[in-house]
Amino acid sequence: MSTTASAQKPGTKNSAAGRAGDSIFSGLSLAAGILIFAVLAAVALFLLLQALPTFAAPADEITGGEGFFSYIWPLVLGTLIAAIIALLIATPIGILVALYISHYAPARISKSVGYVIDLLAAIPSVIYGAWGATVLAPALVPFYNWLAENLGFIPIFAGPASQTGKTMMTAGVVLAIMILPIITSMSREIFTQTPKLHEEAALALGATRWEMIRMSVLPFARPGIISSVMLALGRALGETMAVALVLSSGPMIASLIKSGNQTIAAEIALNFPEAYGLRLSELIAAGLVLFLITLVVNMIARAIIARYKEFSGAN
Amino acid sequence: MSTTTTKPGTSPVRESRLTRGQRPKWLIPVIGVGAIVVGAAISALIGFNIATWAIFAALVFLIVGPLLIGAIEGSRAGSDSLMTFLVYTAFILAVIPLISVIYTVLANGIPGLTSNLLLTSMNGVTGAQDNFAEAPGDVVGGAYHAIVGTVSITFWATLMSVPIGLLTAIYLVEYSNNGWLGKAITFFVDVMTGVPSIVAGLFAAALFGMIFGPSTRTGFVAAVALTVLMIPTVVKNTEEMLRIVPNELREASYALGVRKWRTILKVVIPTAISGIASGVTLAIARVIGETAPLLVTAGFATAINWNSFSGWMTTLPTYIYYQIMTPTSPTNPDPSLQRAWAAALILIAIVMLLNLLARLIAKAFAPKTAGR
Amino acid sequence: MSKRIDVEDLNVYYGDFLAVEDVNINIEARSVTAFIGPSGCGKSTFLRTLNRMHEVIPGAYAKGKVLLDGDDLYGKGVDPVTVRSMIGMVFQRPNPFPTMSIRDNVLAGVKLNNKRISSKAADELVESSLRGANLWNEVKDRLNKPGSGLSGGQQQRLCIARAIAVKPNVILMDEPCSALDPISTLAIEDLINELKTDYTVVIVTHNMQQASRVSDRTAFFNIEGTGKPGKLIEYAPTTEIFNNPQKKETEDYVSGRFG
Repeated sequence: MSTTASAQKPGTKNSAAGRAGDSIFSGLSLAAGILIFAVLAAVALFLLLQALPTFAAPADEITGGEGFFSYIWPLVLGTLIAAIIALLIATPIGILVALYISHYAPARISKSVGYVIDLLAAIPSVIYGAWGATVLAPALVPFYNWLAENLGFIPIFAGPASQTGKTMMTAGVVLAIMILPIITSMSREIFTQTPKLHEEAALALGATRWEMIRMSVLPFARPGIISSVMLALGRALGETMAVALVLSSGPMIASLIKSGNQTIAAEIALNFPEAYGLRLSELIAAGLVLFLITLVVNMIARAIIARYKEFSGAN
Repeated sequence: MSTTTTKPGTSPVRESRLTRGQRPKWLIPVIGVGAIVVGAAISALIGFNIATWAIFAALVFLIVGPLLIGAIEGSRAGSDSLMTFLVYTAFILAVIPLISVIYTVLANGIPGLTSNLLLTSMNGVTGAQDNFAEAPGDVVGGAYHAIVGTVSITFWATLMSVPIGLLTAIYLVEYSNNGWLGKAITFFVDVMTGVPSIVAGLFAAALFGMIFGPSTRTGFVAAVALTVLMIPTVVKNTEEMLRIVPNELREASYALGVRKWRTILKVVIPTAISGIASGVTLAIARVIGETAPLLVTAGFATAINWNSFSGWMTTLPTYIYYQIMTPTSPTNPDPSLQRAWAAALILIAIVMLLNLLARLIAKAFAPKTAGR
Repeated sequence: MSKRIDVEDLNVYYGDFLAVEDVNINIEARSVTAFIGPSGCGKSTFLRTLNRMHEVIPGAYAKGKVLLDGDDLYGKGVDPVTVRSMIGMVFQRPNPFPTMSIRDNVLAGVKLNNKRISSKAADELVESSLRGANLWNEVKDRLNKPGSGLSGGQQQRLCIARAIAVKPNVILMDEPCSALDPISTLAIEDLINELKTDYTVVIVTHNMQQASRVSDRTAFFNIEGTGKPGKLIEYAPTTEIFNNPQKKETEDYVSGRFG
């Protein structure tokens, strides 16, 4: 309908104006595309420029008094620890939930189950943080006490456990809940794309449901699962609020059930509002480090997707 | 030639085997009841409570069930049932936090949902007033300024990111012809998707800090930060929507002598508009809940400020954050927590409404032609 | 080890819709039975009910009896997994597992039941199954290459090899040649002729010449119109169906007057 409506216009209009419209429009859209480069380049450039004073400053003026490297590496480690706890929890559960939606749930409800998982993704991070600090952390205290009593000989469970529950472990659990929908929704999409042909091939050989999933669904979905986990890792590394609200931060320690440790993102959020001068550029430098880490993780994820795209397309 | 066969690993199944060796129907309910009883017993050993009861019952069920089924029907059926139970367990585990979060927000938020909260700001509210508040209704001060901040910052972010995002997607689908530039843009959009929100905030802060002097914090700086987060979402979604517009429609339009830009504006975009609009709505729903970039860009205000270009601003997420982290009255944080949860309820309601709206748009305006 | 199938009063539904109505048929062991009929008459649906593969389609279910040498496939407590390991199936489009090698494809079903098969026994089984599917000479030098690298006809024979490697009692074929070129079709038809010395073969085909070439008995299915259920019209030795059909509908169809 709109085709015919617009078809009459060029006839009545000056064709030179139409040609100009063409080049203006393509120029505009090209400019928008190039703006994306500009923005990313600007992100890197401005962070770098503002961070420079940190690298030039004498070591004893940096927080901690021993230079930028000794300031940042406990934060990097803390960021990684929180993200790894989150991944260890969220990956198996996320994949199993995706399987539930794609292959186990009755057809009538599987769609609504998908919506429910999407709701998990829609809840703002500050609310997860508030919930983690007020509901989850106290609820985990008895569990931490038990861990400290019975598994305290393992350094990561060394007691005495925090009595507020505001620990690295709690932060990891909250992060796990936040990244679960990423893993689930991406994996679910790939699971449902498994060719019916291959599923039927397995079933016709007398495979049980799980054997069918192992023979045809998982091999097909493996690259997708890996990249969804990498993307979730990127999200967990950069997530701020859950950690800022849930973790009672402090110097780096091995135990995950005591107060202590800190992540880059939370360090920035907690200190930036009051920072000025060198402290400001220190925090921006920390942000730059975080940017680079997530950049590498995301690039690996994208590379995996790109490499397997051709492969799965061939089948 | 006839099929030469080696000795099969298992002899072919005899007639009677069709139903032989099956578990009785009552087995799983019985294991379930047994697991609940045994779980209660173990839980009682270490000091009974509901959480440990549930955990032990689930563990007993997950271990005993598959083992018994495996013993009766063979290891294949055992592992199949183990996986089935695990999948259902995982689903329950995923839903528990969702229910808990929503319950917490409702239970703590509804008492604080007063007219004060919706219609007044925190201007002039002091700890002394909070110390006098006894019932939930006595609490003064509200989130009106935060709602104002949320609306204006989101407005500016949308105003900047939607045109850029739309045009970029149009370039990718209609003009790039899979050239190197298109691929590069796609790649950088993917990279942008992964930028941590706090880094986007730092970028905006650094940018304006260099131009207007350090510690420049206004609503507009925050809007720039949110724009960085919003653009990739808009591009990705719009691109996907434009790609499902059938090529036949474009060709039909070209064949009528319509110029490319008019084809895009009059044929392609109208066909995809519902998908694009619902994608933009979802993108708004995502950035409206962002907290971290606002902490470093918008500052923190207690008074109403409609002007995004001057003065500090508060949004609902930062309002929640500061009410929890730095209560107005440090000795009596309850009124602050009450305001925080009520604001959280408003925020969740807005986000859910936007999500619902996105689905409605996608459904109501779905073009009949897109299905080919 | 081939077995006969007797179907009694079988109705197949998609949700509320009756797709196939009241089929009674006796399929002999060690023979090839062909199902023919116009598109949408329910012959493929009916074929799938013979090893409960229709249950993969959401909402589909069957009522009635299918007896495999006297045992009802739909009896209480019968596991479809058991049924399918006894009654193999070959699909319209070849579907080897894309991530597995040719060898692993052949062994896919066997490994489910017998995880610790010795590699010598496995080699023998791969060879005998591929020989059984007339594919051995073509692929013996590249058993470890992916199955998806074969031609369409070779892939289909690989799928047949995979089906016979588990030593089923019956092999169901759902238009196995419809996606293949004439030469590959001929190879599969030759293979079907050989398979019937060891297996009960049931084949659905669109192609009447194919039915007359490969089958011993033929069943003709028809449908009165859209929205009506498919029915078994006539079932007789193939020569009779094609030369001396008893029903007018059958005669119209085989003589090409409709369909």
